[in-house]
Amino acid sequence: MSADREAVIEVEGLRNVFGRQVVHDGVDLRVFRGEVLGVIGGSGAGKSVMMRAILGLKRPDGGRIRMFGADTTHLEAEQRKPFERRFGLLFQDGALFSSLTVAENVKVPLNEYYDLPDDLQDELALLKIRLAGLPADAAHKYPSQLSGGMRKRAGLARALALDPEILFLDEPTSGLDPIGAAAFDDLIRTLTDALGLTVFLVTHDMDSLYNLCDRVAVLADGKVIVADTVDVVERHPHPWIRGCFQGPRGRGAALQQARTAPQPQGSH
Amino acid sequence: MAAAMPNPGPPDLAVEAGGSHLRLSGPWTLPRLDALLPRTAAARVAPGPVVVDAAALSALDTAGALLLLRTLRASGQPFEAHRIEGLREADAALLRLVATRLEPERPAREPHFAFREMLARIGGAVWRFIAQGREFLGFVGLTMATLAQVLVGRRRLRWTSTVFHMEQVGLDAVPIVALLTFLVGAVVAFVGATALRDFGAEVFTVELVSISFLREFGVLLTAILLAGRSGSAFTAQIGSMKSREELDAIQALGLDAIELLLIPRLIALLVMLPLLAFIAMLMGILGGGIVGVLALDITPGMFVSRLHEMTDISHFWVGMSKAPVFAFLIAAVGCLEGFKVEGSAESVGRHTTASVVQSIFLVIVFDAVFAMFFMELDI
Repeated sequence: MSADREAVIEVEGLRNVFGRQVVHDGVDLRVFRGEVLGVIGGSGAGKSVMMRAILGLKRPDGGRIRMFGADTTHLEAEQRKPFERRFGLLFQDGALFSSLTVAENVKVPLNEYYDLPDDLQDELALLKIRLAGLPADAAHKYPSQLSGGMRKRAGLARALALDPEILFLDEPTSGLDPIGAAAFDDLIRTLTDALGLTVFLVTHDMDSLYNLCDRVAVLADGKVIVADTVDVVERHPHPWIRGCFQGPRGRGAALQQARTAPQPQGSH
Repeated sequence: MAAAMPNPGPPDLAVEAGGSHLRLSGPWTLPRLDALLPRTAAARVAPGPVVVDAAALSALDTAGALLLLRTLRASGQPFEAHRIEGLREADAALLRLVATRLEPERPAREPHFAFREMLARIGGAVWRFIAQGREFLGFVGLTMATLAQVLVGRRRLRWTSTVFHMEQVGLDAVPIVALLTFLVGAVVAFVGATALRDFGAEVFTVELVSISFLREFGVLLTAILLAGRSGSAFTAQIGSMKSREELDAIQALGLDAIELLLIPRLIALLVMLPLLAFIAMLMGILGGGIVGVLALDITPGMFVSRLHEMTDISHFWVGMSKAPVFAFLIAAVGCLEGFKVEGSAESVGRHTTASVVQSIFLVIVFDAVFAMFFMELDI
């Protein structure tokens, strides 16, 4: 079914080595337009490293990375710019600029790439803040005045500033309480559906896998072991996957999913 | 999927039927917004429901949706009152989402009262200064009490930690203290001799260098160097422990952070600052002496004998008496600022800066107080 879909990110034979430790040894992965792809793997399996390699924050030691059909493996910073404005990035703790208000944070990429009138910029920034599920009065607050969950939403607002086609999320629900995490998953789902986003989601959260992801890629032993729908992945025989999905947390999330599936998800 | 025809042309907006019919075309997206802005700014939308024909719209993103909704705002009607035709389902979902999340009115910015804000800032700064002073005094009291308990043996002195800090604070600082005071001594001698030469009193350069270094510069330069070198290090060490919740762990384990962290650093400074000040005095006089020998025709023998005859030993004791006070100030400020760090790495940086500024400030203020005190005593 995936043959006719456009792959916006293609990773082929990606290799990453730190000193003598081989993190990735031949990672192959394709991300298709419009899907939410969850990437899971044990701590130290190289999920974040893979994301950084795709984003160009780390130069891979081997293999190729293609974005929107163009090879971006060895691009210089300047040549990368046209690609950068097509993806948005949410770091683990938001990575907001602490000396700027939330609205100013959202306006940083807008100012960098486009020359818009001030009032439109203000309103666009406010719209992104509201899209990220924050109240309007959060716009003039500084990151230190926000809770962890709100900082993530503010980071999401900044990631959405340029209307990206691909959204990279690095463990967006880590550090949130279960209710906040579920609300964040809902928010990502709503935005993905309405804005037609492609989402590359690095996560540890089993609930997110079941509730949010169209496909799940499992990173272990330096490779992507399987990349398919969660129903297929959870039946995979690899020991790490069995430990993950058959363990108490995986079973709980699956059970939860089965219980809530018939009812519509609570939205807000 | 009514009209998903590709339209490579620029985005456009046509206003028809006296402003009650809008025809959108081309891509309404952020990168093309600059071409669209003059069109939407010129558009006159009639009051009342508007029909929007979006069949020729090739792409829409949130920025384009925002622009459309802004244009429709002039009609004075809510979004639901308008009829949108020919919009692709994906774009319609986006437009609906943006419409629900858009604020009806742009929130007014909080008005600025520059003068009032200035007064408030001054008041705040004065208040903070007073609060800081009180906090510091409280901390000094706590430190004194703990130190006394350690000295009478009711609390343990951490020897390993104390010796470690002595090495870091004292031994490792010897080269820089020696070099800098040597250079300052040479400069003082040179500048002094240039001025004294006009009066034929070049030989008084010896007293100039020896008295100024024994009384003031030796200990003052050492204290300022240690404030920058060790005071900041204390703040950064304790601050990063605080931000990693190590201080809470210390407390939860039933230990005392003052005893564990502050007392070893304080004792290390109390011991090492006088020793470093002594080295500083020697090196300053040596620097002055070398300038005297090389540039001023004062032989080493003459320099030493004049130093011996004309410079009273009391100058040395005046200088040395200040060393423990400066050591206490630097250690107390450095550690207090470390304890005041909150959470973030940024806070560690802020408090480290504050620690250096405050300890240098206090050292110089106390030096001035000492100078007046000894002047009144005629020492």
